[in-house]
Amino acid sequence: MLGRALKLRERLGSLGPVAALGAACVAFGVLSPQFLTLDNLALVLQQVMVLGLIVAGQTLVVLTAGIDLSCGLVMALASMVMGVVAFEAGLPWSVALLAGIAVAVGFGSLNGLLVARMRLPPFIVTLGTWNIAFALTQLVSGSRTISDLPRPLTLAGETFTLGGAHVAWGVPLMLAAFAIAHYVLRQTAAGRHVHAVGDNAEAARLAGISTRRVLLFAYAAAGALYGVAAWLSLGRTGVAEPNAGQTENLDAITAVVLGGTSLFGGRGSMLGALAGTLIVGVLRNGLTLIGVSSLYQVLCTGVLVILAVALDPQARRLAR
Amino acid sequence: MSATQPVLEARGLVKRFGQVAALDGADLVLHAGEILAVIGDNGAGKSTLIRCLSGATQPDAGQIDVDGRPIRFDSPRDARAAGIECCYQDLALSPALNVAENFFLGRELRRGGVAGALLRRLDQPLMVERAAANLTALQVSLPSLAVRVEALSGGQRQCVAVARAAAFARHVVILDEPTAALGVRESGMVLDLVRRIRDRGLGVILISHNMPQVFALADRVHVARLGRRIALLDPRECSMSDAVAMMTGATAA
Repeated sequence: MLGRALKLRERLGSLGPVAALGAACVAFGVLSPQFLTLDNLALVLQQVMVLGLIVAGQTLVVLTAGIDLSCGLVMALASMVMGVVAFEAGLPWSVALLAGIAVAVGFGSLNGLLVARMRLPPFIVTLGTWNIAFALTQLVSGSRTISDLPRPLTLAGETFTLGGAHVAWGVPLMLAAFAIAHYVLRQTAAGRHVHAVGDNAEAARLAGISTRRVLLFAYAAAGALYGVAAWLSLGRTGVAEPNAGQTENLDAITAVVLGGTSLFGGRGSMLGALAGTLIVGVLRNGLTLIGVSSLYQVLCTGVLVILAVALDPQARRLAR
Repeated sequence: MSATQPVLEARGLVKRFGQVAALDGADLVLHAGEILAVIGDNGAGKSTLIRCLSGATQPDAGQIDVDGRPIRFDSPRDARAAGIECCYQDLALSPALNVAENFFLGRELRRGGVAGALLRRLDQPLMVERAAANLTALQVSLPSLAVRVEALSGGQRQCVAVARAAAFARHVVILDEPTAALGVRESGMVLDLVRRIRDRGLGVILISHNMPQVFALADRVHVARLGRRIALLDPRECSMSDAVAMMTGATAA
């Protein structure tokens, strides 16, 4: 059974996640008449726009054979910094936006430096920065929600009409981020080096690639994507919330794995990552529509992530 | 020994790891257009010697000359810039990347114009074309250059790795156990390739444990023992058992 599923998985390659997404859409379309309406699909996109940017960043890190457990919490900290700078310090929104993104890039670079320079395991490093980011979020906000945000900071949540559906401005932004990340991975040397370092770090080093620089680049770029995610998150919820980012943290890793990126590094794509993001969004949305409680949804994502890892051909190869 | 200028010469290389001297005054001389086999028992310092010559390790003392000019390698990149390419055992290629990507790994070609300069866009068609031309020139035939390296047989992979080294080397190709993991037929494929590389006029250093292979292929045999070169043999004038005896210390060189 697993053997057959694995063969199918290997044959489908990066089409697998897209096929799974299609299957999920058809299934929910049958189960709920509301699901396949344009407005609902636009809503799914709006619901995953924050997650999508985090997934794009997480994919970069996972491709280097690393993992970033701090992703959602760094996003939360960045959005809180934006809120505090704009609301409590009363500085212009542009300063707030840049300050938030800078904090996220700083955390990404810190992860990258610790992994690349000190050669610490990414799992432990980012477990540490997860906690640091969480505590800092609570400290800078005094555990309070900030709701009076200047309009530019929440603009990503406002909608425009496309074919009768209401689409949030953050959605095209997320799609653009995926497109850029896809281009960098596929068409530039830096992107190929991310794959090479994750695939076989020693071979990459002996081929003259600075593995440290590549790792630092991947983690810092991931941080930048979390920073943009923070801005979208302000738009999506309209507030800077000290407990944001918690569900995104596991959802992001789930989406990366569902998107067919190997946790062992080197293999994966941004197209798959986008599909993985949408699978998570479709499941959340579809299960809600057919009346499944949110706890069962969490349970369902848990089962899915394990299943997806079990189907990673690379995992099977290494286990042999 | 010939009177011509060696293409690569190392004198008195020393490399210590704590109390252990992996290299203890090692010398090496390589001429253009010859295959120099380096043999030695485990711990003789072969790997460390190779790593020093390819820039992967920095010696504590000693001198390396390329084409008669003293040179210092701080990284594999420096050695490559000096025209020395190394093909490391097992570590040569990235299995998830395709043949052309592996061929140009670390020295990718970018497009001209705005796409290349500003958008850093790679010229993938050109890389495929050049990789194909190089592989064809060395008579390495593959089903496609767009396949991931992991889809190739062991022999094909090793040929890609060796051909890559040959394609970019201006002076020296270092091959570390290129046939260690291969069957008889596939080894033959790689060894033919090694001969073609020598015939192009490059100096080839071949590390091998396989004595029949060494004696069939090498122009000279460098015997390493305890971090030094203890003998330089002509394979036409001595037997395999002599070489093995020297390398294990059973007879003095």
